[in-house]
Parts: sequence; structure tokens; C-alpha cells
Amino acid sequence: MSLSAIIITAVVVGVVGLLVGFLLVTAAEKFKVEVDEKQIAVRAELPGNNCGSCGYPGCDGLAAAIAKGEAPVNACPVGGAPVAEKIGAVMGVEAETTVRKAAFVHCVGDCESAVDKANYVGIQDCRAAAAVMGGGAKKCMKGCKGFGTCVNVCEFDAIHVINGVAVVDRDKCVACGKCVKVCPNALITLEPADAEYIVACSSQEKGKAVKDACSAGCIGCTLCTKQCEFDAIHMNGNVAEVDQEKCQKCGKCADKCPVKVIGVNEKIRKRQE
Amino acid sequence: MKLATFKGGVHPDEGKKFTKDKPVQTYLPKGDLVFPVSQGIGAPSKPIVNKGDQVLMGQRIAEAGGFVSANIVSSVSGTVKAIEPRMTMSGMKVMSIVIENDGKYTPIPGLGQYRNYEEMTKQEIIEEVKSAGIVGLGGAGFPTHVKLMPKDPDAIDYIIVNGAECEPYLTSDYRSMLETPEKIVGGLKVMLKLFDNAKGVIAIEENKPTGIANLQELVKNEPRIEVVPLKTKYPQGGERNIIYAVTGRKINSTKLPADAGCIVDNVDTVIAIHMAVSETTPLMRRIFTVSGTGVNAPSNYNVKIGTSYAELIEASGGLKDGTQKVISGGPMMGFALTELDIPVVKTSSALTCMLEDEAAKYEETACIRCGRCVQACPSHLVPVKMMDAAQKHDMERFTALHGMECYECGSCTFACPARRPLTQAFKMMRQAVMAERRKKG
Repeated sequence: MSLSAIIITAVVVGVVGLLVGFLLVTAAEKFKVEVDEKQIAVRAELPGNNCGSCGYPGCDGLAAAIAKGEAPVNACPVGGAPVAEKIGAVMGVEAETTVRKAAFVHCVGDCESAVDKANYVGIQDCRAAAAVMGGGAKKCMKGCKGFGTCVNVCEFDAIHVINGVAVVDRDKCVACGKCVKVCPNALITLEPADAEYIVACSSQEKGKAVKDACSAGCIGCTLCTKQCEFDAIHMNGNVAEVDQEKCQKCGKCADKCPVKVIGVNEKIRKRQE
Repeated sequence: MKLATFKGGVHPDEGKKFTKDKPVQTYLPKGDLVFPVSQGIGAPSKPIVNKGDQVLMGQRIAEAGGFVSANIVSSVSGTVKAIEPRMTMSGMKVMSIVIENDGKYTPIPGLGQYRNYEEMTKQEIIEEVKSAGIVGLGGAGFPTHVKLMPKDPDAIDYIIVNGAECEPYLTSDYRSMLETPEKIVGGLKVMLKLFDNAKGVIAIEENKPTGIANLQELVKNEPRIEVVPLKTKYPQGGERNIIYAVTGRKINSTKLPADAGCIVDNVDTVIAIHMAVSETTPLMRRIFTVSGTGVNAPSNYNVKIGTSYAELIEASGGLKDGTQKVISGGPMMGFALTELDIPVVKTSSALTCMLEDEAAKYEETACIRCGRCVQACPSHLVPVKMMDAAQKHDMERFTALHGMECYECGSCTFACPARRPLTQAFKMMRQAVMAERRKKG
């Protein structure tokens, strides 16, 4: 191979390189997309696991929305108050104080307390069990079916099926709300993470039917509502419900409850022991 | 001779031997009768009686709650004991009218009077069917008067009497063909009067040769009626399949049979039309089979609507020791029951009692891609792919695979050598998609 061929190749490649480089620089200048620096800063503060529980398509989507002012600075349920504070600093607004929330399962009908009515042999998924007649093995149609559909969707290892009923680990729960959406019986709600008293039953059946189906169910006796000095516990149909904003955690309702269904799951279990 | 049929389907054990030679016995209820206000597709009916009211046999106790809805008629005379939620075969508690039977069966005036349908106008016939509270007795429970009022009555060229009875164990339609074939033909003639351009077809699976012969004998002088034998294959009696088998026309879930020029009614429904129009008897009874390995004396009954399942099992000699499963309906599309104190409604067809829970006997294994589910699907779907979507609960993909065309016949699950619970997964997905659509409005 002669030297000239090498030189020609080097020159041609060099010139093409220069030309393309020039073109790229011009294009970059001409078609520049304005990126909000705030968006980058906000994105840096977000957790980055793209769980989608804020309702936006991933953390980038939420960062863009916050930067534009379309979403509040505390829109990330996973990050909670600390992240909201940092994003507030970026955006120059005071983050509203957010209460850290966690998921709570409104059922404690475990293998001992809930009565079985049938032998369920189908898909081991609560939604599939709910789709067939009878809705699973437990006699209580409103109870936790215990197949762990909520466990499967949780990305934070914060919910587990223990002894046939789902239990939330409040320290790990980030209140992303995915379990809330998949539960076919709508048993899971988001409450303040430091809540002490919730009614762990959702059965709207009358007292006798509840008792027949589960020894841990709310029988709708209304005793708890008469105890509360803060007007924080009321009947919603045949089941009591605690208003967490009003609850002062005095515990009188739980003491009076004849079936000991008021409290937080682990606590109720302890009391029963 | 080549028999009319459709592509796909399966051949489950027919199980008809238990009851096909048992004549229909009239069963009179002992306990209270329960009439849920929702007994088929459409809006629930509105009760028009109150607690404590006296009712007569044949008296209307609930009125249609909308256009697609049907009246409910008391099948006994007695007192309204309560109007309260009661367990139904759907596994849900439904508001029900409970009537205490006085055992006298005092009829309303005029009940059972002969009437000549030839002298009635089309409108009068439809009114009569509507007032009798007739719904499709084959299982879906679509109000019959709505079926009889298509947008363009002249476009209807086939009235198909569905006598396939492809569901295993059921013999109620077969017994009707043997015992009251004239009522089937009578009902069909009433329907033919409504549709001038239509031809009546009684389609029967060829595993019922006596039924076919009986009806052929009866219609030999009827130029507008023909008896068509069908190949014995499940789900031959599915509405879309029987239309295809008889006419070669295809419909899907977006269309009604009327869009293909067809009206399809089950044998028992046609008998109910005959009784309502020609005998002034509203829908108060149905033919009901109690069958299976788990019951001591399998039988066919002419049963009053509202009778408890528990009573019928007792009348059939009770359950054998060790019976594991009782199904409302047949084994393919029926619902496994968790209790027996459930009333017979218009759409209940049978109780199948199983000594052995065959569905629970085998464990699910991995899919081996054999494609038997694809061959079996009468709607020509691809269950194996739909199952992938269902396992991820991916509604978009499930609908893209035409999952909503599935009508849960169970053929894929029956055919699957890996015993995968395909139908249950599709049931779940279909419910989820329908709930989503309702939410969007």
C-alpha cells in the first residue's frame, strides 16, 4: 500500500469529520430544547424508583410537572416529608407539612378466627378468587382472602400475608397505594403512619352473620362510638370507622370493644394472646 | 349425512345416563319460596308487594325495573314473609321476596285458560310474553320480550329453538322433547306468527335421537318448521355456535343474534312462551335436573321457581356420604355452591353433585405449548396468550387479544393437559375490563 492512499484516506475522513462536527454544532444551537434547570434539580431529589404512585409517568414525569407548577412539591408519596422539603427549597416554596402515611388492612380474620366455607382450588390470586362464585374459601365475603395479590405488587417488601391475612410493615410502607388499588375487597386504606386505632374489619353484614363467619369481626354493636369523647368514631353502616384527624389515641374504644377489633393489626394480635 | 356444527369445541363425558330415562316429576315445595329480584340479565325488578301481603299463584310480585328487565310472578299462593337479602347461586346476597306457601295453590282468576294465539295481534303476544316475566331459561336470562322486539322484525329469517343441551348431565330439555313436544312446536308457532319472513328451526344434538324423531313427526306437516340434527359437541348450544351451525352466519360480542337475522331461544323458554300465550300461565315453573354421582336418586323435576335447592336434593334421596362438590348448573359452566339453601331461579337448570372433585384432583403444571386450547376455543381465540396477559393483569393486552369475545364456556380449561385454570383467569379479566369500562362510562 502506498503512502498516498493513507494520506488521502486520512484527509477525506478528517474533512468529513469536520463537516459533520460543524453540522452537529449548528443543529444543536438551532434546535436547542430548553430544559428547565429546576426540573433537573427536582428530579435529583426524587427517589428515582419510577413506581408511578404519584400518578405521573415515573419520576421524570413528576419532576417536569413540579417544575411547571402543575403538581405540588409534596406530590411524591414515597419520598414523604423530607423529599418534599428539599423540593420545596428548589422551587422556593414552603412545603406544606405532610403527614407520613402508611397502608392499613381492615381485616384481621386470620386462619384461627375466620371460618372456612369451602375448599378453594383455583388461581392463587385474590382477584381471581373474587371473580368466582363464593369468592374464595373464607365464609366472610368481605375479608382478606390471603392469596397475597397485595404482596406481589408491593415494591418495598412492606406487606406480607401472615397466618392467612395481609399485614403491613409500617416502617417499610411508603404509602405508594399500589396494594390499595389491587385489593378486590378494598380492604386497604392509607392512614397516618402513627395511627394507633383503626377498625380492622370491613364486613357490612349484621352482627350474627359476622360472628358466624369470623370471631375477629366487627359486630356493629356501636359500643365504641359511645365511648369516644372526641367524636372520632362513627358507624359506617354495620362497621365502625375511626376518623384519624379527630382521634386522640386515648384507647377507650379499643378497651370497650367486645371483639377487640380496634387497634393496629399487630397490637390486636398481641391483645388476643 | 354431514351434521351441522361449528369449529372448535370439546367432547366431555356426557353424563346424561343418570337422568335421561327419568320422567319429569312435579315437585311441590314444602318450605318458603324465595324470589330474588335479579334473575337474569338486565335491571333488577322492583317488588310491588309488601311484607304481610297475601299473594295468589300467578300473581305478579315484582315489576320490570327497566327496558331490559322482567316481571316476577309468584309460583304459589301464600303470605309475603319478608323482603330481605338472601343468598343466590351467584354467591352474592340479592334482595329477595320470601313467600310462605299456604299449600293451597289458589290461582289468580283466569290462570290456565286456553287462548287461541291466531286471534291475537303481534303486540298482544309480545305484551303477554312480557307480562309473564319470561327470560331465556337456558342460563343467561335475557328477557325474551326484548328479543322478540328487534329493530327490524322483517329482517329476521331464522327462529332457532336451541335444543342442543350440550352441557353434560343436563336432561331437562331432552325430557321436554319426549314428554311435551307439542308445547315446543306450539311455542315456536307463536314466535313464527311474530316474524312473517322467518323459518323455524329446532336444532337438536344427535345424541337425542328420540327427541329428534318425536319433533320431526310433529312438524312433518309444518312447512315453516324444520328439525336440524347437530353434531354432539360442547358448546354446541352456545348462542353464537348454534347460529353458525344452523345458518353459517358469524356474530361476535358486539352483535346480537338479531343482527344476523336470528332469534335463538332455549327449549324450555319456547315452552314458557307457549304456556304464557296459549295457556295464560306466566313463568312459574321450570324443568330441573338433579344429577351426578353424588346424589342417591338422580331425577328430573317440574319445579316451582323459588324452591330451595336443599329441598330438591332431599327429594332426590339426599347426597351420598363423601360428596365433595355440588354445582348449580352443569359441570362445564355451572357454579360450585358453598351452601344449599339457595332458591331455584328462572335461570337455574340443574344441580350436579359430584362424589369426587375432579377439578381439584390434579395440580397445575407449566404450559407445554401444545395448542389444544386454541383448537378447543369455539370463539377462535388464543387462550394461551390470553393467559399470559391475565397473569400480568394486563387489561389492554387482554382486550387486544379479543379476550372479551370469550364467553367462559370452559373448553380451553377442559382441553388443557397442564390443567391450567384458564377460564377462571379469563373470568377475572373480563370482570376487570367490564368494571373499567363502567367506570369510564
